[in-house]
Amino acid sequence: MTAVVLRRGRFSIRVERRTLVVSVVALVVIAGLALLGLCHGAVWASPAKVFAALTGAGGDSGVVIRQWRLPRVLAAVVFGAALGVAGAIFQGVTRNPLGSPEVIGLDAGAYTGALVVLTVLSGSSAQLITGSVLGGLVAATLVYLLSRSGGLSGLRLVVIGIAVNAMLTAVNSWIVLRAELEVAIAAVGWSAGSLNGLGWDDVGVPFVVLGVLLVFLAARSRDAQQAGLGREVAVATGVGLERLRLELVLIGVGCTATVTAVAGPIAFIALAAPQIGRRVAAAPGVPMLPAALTGAVLLLGTDLLAQVLLAPVPLPAGVVSTAVGGSYLIWLLARKVGRA
Amino acid sequence: MTTVQVPPARLRSGARVAWLVVALVALLAVAVVSLGIGAHPIAPEDVLRALFAPSDTANDSVVRHIRAPRALLAIGVGAALGVAGVLVQVISRNPLAEPGVLGVTTGAGFAITVGSAMGAAASAVGELALAVVGGVLATVVVFAVGWGSPLRLVLTGVALSSVLSGLSLGLRLLLPDVFDAYRFWAVGSLAGREQAPMLVPLLAIAAALVGSALLSRQLNALALGETVARSLGANVSRVRAGALVLITVLAGAATAVAGPILFVGLIVPHLARRAAGGSVPWLVAYAAVIGPVLLLVSDVGSRVLLPTGEVPVAFVTAFLGGPVLIWAVRRYGAAPL
Repeated sequence: MTAVVLRRGRFSIRVERRTLVVSVVALVVIAGLALLGLCHGAVWASPAKVFAALTGAGGDSGVVIRQWRLPRVLAAVVFGAALGVAGAIFQGVTRNPLGSPEVIGLDAGAYTGALVVLTVLSGSSAQLITGSVLGGLVAATLVYLLSRSGGLSGLRLVVIGIAVNAMLTAVNSWIVLRAELEVAIAAVGWSAGSLNGLGWDDVGVPFVVLGVLLVFLAARSRDAQQAGLGREVAVATGVGLERLRLELVLIGVGCTATVTAVAGPIAFIALAAPQIGRRVAAAPGVPMLPAALTGAVLLLGTDLLAQVLLAPVPLPAGVVSTAVGGSYLIWLLARKVGRA
Repeated sequence: MTTVQVPPARLRSGARVAWLVVALVALLAVAVVSLGIGAHPIAPEDVLRALFAPSDTANDSVVRHIRAPRALLAIGVGAALGVAGVLVQVISRNPLAEPGVLGVTTGAGFAITVGSAMGAAASAVGELALAVVGGVLATVVVFAVGWGSPLRLVLTGVALSSVLSGLSLGLRLLLPDVFDAYRFWAVGSLAGREQAPMLVPLLAIAAALVGSALLSRQLNALALGETVARSLGANVSRVRAGALVLITVLAGAATAVAGPILFVGLIVPHLARRAAGGSVPWLVAYAAVIGPVLLLVSDVGSRVLLPTGEVPVAFVTAFLGGPVLIWAVRRYGAAPL
């Protein structure tokens, strides 16, 4: 496999040719799906109309496209990429293909927070956001503190995460069991994860937060790559492993918590995107860029499908993402691509 | 030198036997206690009399017809999940694997969702049958696709599980009645399940437990890695196939009778690993005893925690097993396979 080196002054990036090709293809696919997402809706808009709307013209349909469809499409791209990256981080840190932000209790904790808000408080959207972020962060902090002493070993983190997860899940299903049927259904609907009804007001702050986190990640991605090659290699090449792990985990937690707060826990993208990306790009370790692009493609595609499948009933994107991502992973495994 | 040198291996095995005896005694004690505790407390001597010299009193009938079947169910399910957990973790060489990782649980859950959407899951028998069919079908698909390497198998199981859970979640969100039925199954409980026909599932579990004991020596070799196992003369693919069938039977039967309480299958191997010291046969033996202890204690807890009604047993299992697991990992570190 050959590599391409891009140089510009002091900076150089070395990219495997296959990763480069795959990335370009993924970007094209993302652009295509995004265009489709902008065209599709209660009323179909032609691509020409979409381009007109993006430049500010187009009258009523222009407003629909700019104010309703565009934030949702952008959210799918950005959130999908963030979830893919978070999954890659956790699979790298735990060195386990089953690793995902769920492992450290983030999703289950967020769900607990949301359930408490829905059953005890009135359940406004601001309360939901606060409740889910708080719940997720408390759970993640608990897991981290419990697994901290004596170094952040991947396996220990994971096992403690599973224990905390099991307890939170028990609490969750207990609350769902005792709640009124309507409240329970609302809660389960939230827990599926959905982009339905997202507008500019909802996505502005998350975009900024995720952008900052991804810049931090880009600054550390070389070290993360080294760390992915193994503890000895990483230490020998001058990577401060403990600190790197902590920073990476924080970035992953930040990405997941932000997405979850706005869209609910969209399951499976964080789990599947890194594995799919790794196999498509035929890259060693769990690379970040393919994971991010795969995550964006996955969420964008599944959100579109969720809108189309049972139209006019909108399905939660999370329902479709688990089904579609899972099917694709099975197909990939069945084709024996990569070295699984 | 006049002191007798005991070979370390023998000493080790002596300690293992002692621990196993301790665990068995604990199991017996918990079983007797669980027969006595409930909405109507019964003294231990009355429990023993009801078991060995039954008469027609109300106490005896409660013990013999309600609590004994339920305790038996808890023992069977606990042993099945514990041993299935050991097998799946050894086979996949992944300490995160739980018996449901091969798709049994979500297969069962999916079948129950679809079944209640079509009105077939109204009775206990119907629910049981649906769970069995769904679990078996899902596992067959996972085996067909993931055959070849443990990692592929695990990933396929996870992938299929998520496909099925996505589909059934969608169904449940569209059909509130189905959701209402499902949430009671999904919580995992032993309450009332002892009235379902449980002879066949328990017999299946017993047979699979014997099979696991027979297979465990070969698994010992497999735990060292495929190459080593081959050079030790183990028939890797046959051993693995056998273990997978056993896991399916154990986890499928347990899920069918008690719903998803799979956390038992995840935690028991971690608790047993320290005492077993890397030997798969001992690990299986410990798991077969610790699993029932955990489930029986949880079941007692589920009956006494609330003054009115019952807490689902899966809830108690999580809050009993979770802290123990955290303590064990922090105290001894996560033992690799």
